Amino acid sequence: MAEVLVLVDHVDGEIKKNTYEMLTAARRLGEPSAVVVGTPGTAAKLAEGLAAHGAEKVYVAESDDAVNYLSTPQVDALAALVERVSPPAVLIAAGADGREVAGRLAVRTNSGWLNDLVEIDGQREGTHSIFGGAFTVQSRATTDTAVISWRAGSIEIEEQAGAGTQENIDLPAIDEATSGKVSNRAPIVGGDRPELTEANVVVAGGRGVGSAENFNVVETLADSLHAAVGASRAAVDSGYYPNQFQVGQTGKTVSPQLYIALGISGAIQHRAGMQTSKTIVAVNKDPEAPIFEIADFGVVGDLFSISPQLSEEVAKRSS
Amino acid sequence: MNIVVLIKQVPDTWSERTLSDADKTLDRASSDAVLDEINERAVEEALKIKESGDAEVTVLTVGPDRATDAIRKALSMGADKAVHVNDEALHGSDAVTTAKVLAKAIGTVGDVDLVLAGNEATDGRSGAMAAMLGEVLGWPSLTHANALTVENGTASVKRETDEGTCDVTSALPAVVSVGEKINEPRYPSFKGIMAAKKKPVSAIGIADLGLDASEVGLAGSLSQVDSFAPRPPKSGGQKVEDEGDGGAKIAEFLVGQKLI
Repeated sequence: MAEVLVLVDHVDGEIKKNTYEMLTAARRLGEPSAVVVGTPGTAAKLAEGLAAHGAEKVYVAESDDAVNYLSTPQVDALAALVERVSPPAVLIAAGADGREVAGRLAVRTNSGWLNDLVEIDGQREGTHSIFGGAFTVQSRATTDTAVISWRAGSIEIEEQAGAGTQENIDLPAIDEATSGKVSNRAPIVGGDRPELTEANVVVAGGRGVGSAENFNVVETLADSLHAAVGASRAAVDSGYYPNQFQVGQTGKTVSPQLYIALGISGAIQHRAGMQTSKTIVAVNKDPEAPIFEIADFGVVGDLFSISPQLSEEVAKRSS
Repeated sequence: MNIVVLIKQVPDTWSERTLSDADKTLDRASSDAVLDEINERAVEEALKIKESGDAEVTVLTVGPDRATDAIRKALSMGADKAVHVNDEALHGSDAVTTAKVLAKAIGTVGDVDLVLAGNEATDGRSGAMAAMLGEVLGWPSLTHANALTVENGTASVKRETDEGTCDVTSALPAVVSVGEKINEPRYPSFKGIMAAKKKPVSAIGIADLGLDASEVGLAGSLSQVDSFAPRPPKSGGQKVEDEGDGGAKIAEFLVGQKLI
């Protein structure tokens, strides 16, 4: 069976869940081979999880330079492997960094790039969800290798034991003239909450939350549901919550099992970032708020009384 | 310093966006078109460099006739001249092909030191054009900049993404993509709008870039769209007034859906 390459998405050796989704998707196309690019010692931390999710091979490209240059080490490692094993597909996480790796790899290997896939079948037919979920699009690469960026949270992870045989590969020396040199790295670490784009449940607050202090109401409900916290652009622009938690057209696109919108009116640009959520619950004072048009369950009322009551009810049921 | 700014006309995100039935490409005729907001920040950044030293700023776009409006906006902000790659054959080009076309078009501007672009357009959202263009040109790409310094032949950016922050530095020439926080773009002045009408816009086709129709557009692309379908509109479900039990009602609903 053909080898399918999966670039392992990790932050300094901490795995991101999307990697396991990609290994699950890769099995439809062939035998998954995980590719670890990181500083020395990274693969050792990840090996067990990769094998448990079906990685037959684990290519290990470890070097101190792996974090010192922007996207070049990943592109170099994958391009060498594409040349060597001619995979039908290379799967890469569709985050900001992953998309740059994917785009560059597609250029370098002259391969078709399918960006932001939410589904792929055994015939390499990919599915995108575009314009904030308003359309689904089927596409394919016409080249031997398809470079695929995979949107986190699109499919269920399936565990399956793989051999996980490790093989070290060398990273070529970095050409400084063609690479951006990285310093002062500060990865965002999620803390105790799940990452926004990977969470099964997202609780988001909008302008109606009213202040940065009041956002603890949103956080309390989120924690009772083991959820990620999101914010509308209005809330972010008002300084209530940090930028990286923004959901919408100019923020993140999320598609969780459950999305709870507190004090969010539901402008089209916010909906573009969350309307593919499986179930949507909305709380808003304004009965005419457009968020109710897409909410499976809506409550017209004050989020400051409704949200704590819901947190309590959830706590009762989980205890 | 010779700076090229990539600009793109996109459908207004406030308008209805759709795809064309005939060839499954973005239907650009059916929606209002605007200069993508992030491009204005790229233009602004170029103008700041020009004002603090000596630079010529060329805006470059690939697009149909109506993309002229986006070019005029950038010129009225203060860019010096424009290159408009406008060719029927380009219709339907995928991202890899577009990167190759942009690289060729940059070649027509002379010895370019710096290419500036937005980090992500609101329509295609590939978010990687700067990196791809850098790959084609063999130049470093410094992406998602929320601050940029160019001095002594070196570009340095403060990079910020959802995944974290870092500093990135390289020698020129380089491609830099800017993020939302880098600056507040200026409004064109009346004088700027009048002056823009006289600024040179060089309209070129793919033949001028040494490309053949088979290398670009739907024919030259390495990926193809097979079909598309509008997602069935999500309709609202139940809506209730809070009578002091709103939280409990939500909990009941979630239990019913097996979500808690």
